Amino acid sequence: MIAVYLVLLIPLIGIVFFALGGHKADTGKINVRFNAICLLATIWLAINVLNQGTILSSDKAFLIDPFNVYLIVLTAFVGLTTSIFSAPYMAHEKEIGKLTDKRLRLYYSMYQGFMLAMYLVLTTNNMGVMWVAMEAATLATVMLVSLYRTPESIEAAWKYFILCGVGIAQALFGTILLYYAAVQIGDVENSLLWSVLYENASKLNPDILEIAFVFMLIGYGTKIGLVPLHNWLPDAHSEGPTPMSAVLSGLLLNDALYAVVRNKMLVDGSTHNNVAGYLMMGFGLLSFLVGALFLHRQKDIKRLFSYSSIEHMGMMTFAFGIGGPLATFAALLHMTVHSLTKSAIFVTVGHASQLAGTQSMDKIRGLIKTQPKVGWGLLIGTLAIAGFPPFGVFTSEFLVLLATMHSYPWLAPLLLLGIGIAFAGLFRHVQPMVYGEKPEGQLPVKANLWPVIIHLGLVLWLGLAIPGFLANWFSQATLLISGSTPL
Amino acid sequence: MNIVQTDFYTQAILSMAALVGLTSFLMLGQSRLLRLIFVFALQGLLLTSTTALAAYSLDNPHLYISAVLTLVLKVIFIPWMLRREVLRMNMHRDIQTLSNKTMVMMGGASLMVFSYYVLHPIVQTTSPVMLNALAVSLSVVLLGMLLMITHRQAIAHVVGFMSIENGLFFAAIVATKGMPMVVELGVAFDVLVAAVLFGIFFFHIRTSIDSMDVDLLNKLHEVDK
Repeated sequence: MIAVYLVLLIPLIGIVFFALGGHKADTGKINVRFNAICLLATIWLAINVLNQGTILSSDKAFLIDPFNVYLIVLTAFVGLTTSIFSAPYMAHEKEIGKLTDKRLRLYYSMYQGFMLAMYLVLTTNNMGVMWVAMEAATLATVMLVSLYRTPESIEAAWKYFILCGVGIAQALFGTILLYYAAVQIGDVENSLLWSVLYENASKLNPDILEIAFVFMLIGYGTKIGLVPLHNWLPDAHSEGPTPMSAVLSGLLLNDALYAVVRNKMLVDGSTHNNVAGYLMMGFGLLSFLVGALFLHRQKDIKRLFSYSSIEHMGMMTFAFGIGGPLATFAALLHMTVHSLTKSAIFVTVGHASQLAGTQSMDKIRGLIKTQPKVGWGLLIGTLAIAGFPPFGVFTSEFLVLLATMHSYPWLAPLLLLGIGIAFAGLFRHVQPMVYGEKPEGQLPVKANLWPVIIHLGLVLWLGLAIPGFLANWFSQATLLISGSTPL
Repeated sequence: MNIVQTDFYTQAILSMAALVGLTSFLMLGQSRLLRLIFVFALQGLLLTSTTALAAYSLDNPHLYISAVLTLVLKVIFIPWMLRREVLRMNMHRDIQTLSNKTMVMMGGASLMVFSYYVLHPIVQTTSPVMLNALAVSLSVVLLGMLLMITHRQAIAHVVGFMSIENGLFFAAIVATKGMPMVVELGVAFDVLVAAVLFGIFFFHIRTSIDSMDVDLLNKLHEVDK
């Protein structure tokens, strides 16, 4: 249990530490160390869970089960690798005069603040605290979106703030309705604890829970980036600093989906029909197709990949909506590989736009000739995210497709079509950027590409063979969510 | 339901719900910013008294803490901050013409009916009083959204945003007698941080577009115009 407190305490210290001294030259490296210690703590936690099974803290405030433990490790891992990338990136931004000392302090402090909010969303056992932490994640990142203080970035941040704030308010209304249903069966003090709710799910009033779930899906769905609530996502991703885009895409979207799935488990236990699942399938499929189509119209490289995030989040929501063991397993795997791949891509995208001095895709050319590592990183990352074998995204997309053909065969053509459209949309933009002659005077930048190599290596590994303990976690989580195991 | 047969607390809650709903409509039709902020503070005051009343009638001391938090945040701090901003930007004489006031009010009324319709399935499981309270809270949330859609000033957006929070808070107090303390403190903390961030944002928007009209924030779009 100490591990949980450690995981929450380290970023808390980080917030204060960087708020005071975040402008010094070696702050980037200290930030890496903070995240590294946090990763160690989460691994310790994971080993505990592996040995003992589900852990519920003595005051019932924290719950670690197979579903969230791998997300906690993933959060810490992506947080660490992104901080490795962010150190030279932010130093470069400061060198070219885009940032001041004060904003650098804000950046590092809020980086830790965001990590704290993410850990709290995942570890808490209280549905209300989960909401509070989700809102806190918005508040921590909103000032980072407008970090450069350009009119565009302020507009993006305002949009992000208002849309996500209003959106997530709906989730609070859903949580209040859930609480209202729960107090009717007694035990007022513990009525928002997930572990209590889950045990008593069958006693909860199904009518109220159905309405509550609609609000939860709209609320947390705004943060997942589900169409038509996605408008903030491309703006916030394109205008903020690139390390922020990497963690937003890799972590925040996952955690919002996690919140929805937790609620779906309660609703399913109460209503025993698949209304929640159908809602998720509808929103998921719509987001998937719209995201894929919008890939074609993009001009900004970060907007391109944020639409790709919408597309993938749509697919995961769809897969969780189908609900069977195979689909759930696939969705869990897809959450992992998407977040690893997408954050790797944003790292290379960050370097590519620093190289070219712009985010406009028309002007980024000849990456392989200028700096082969960045060019190849972007190309291989795009291959992986588009679902090429043997990468992990292929495996999970294939499993989703298989589950769809099994349960809803008439939806499979739509999925295939979407994957095809997305593939074409990504490559028509990425190919000219990577190949071709380099423009005059384009010079390599100082870059640390280890995060990309490690991430893509892991995605490749997951595509070839899922290690035993991870497969075991996935199937335990699948058992928890869908009621049976896929293997 | 015979209203005379219910106890004093229930009757009080019902009239509070009606008043809170009324303030939402008043905000919706307001074209002067200072008056809008005043009505918002009034709504906060109604919320405070509802919370205090619930704390007293249900003998639940932790609701007094929520009442104080609401009073400080929603009645004093946020209206004060917004008022200062309006005076600083010299907007207190501006009259904002709402494009179609009648339509907006009609829309507001239909949103209220819609809230009753959505929450109707709950009525079988609970007293009609709860239905009224929950439906009014939901309509306050929806009217807050409508306020944000129809008004163009960033300050009106903040008022809409905060009035959505008011609606949620009202639901939590009336329907569930307050959320657990840790959640309520967390929500209050989030509201406080959001209010401070809004203050910072006003400064940034002012320096970036030299106005508070959010229609001027229109640089980001999918295709080049």
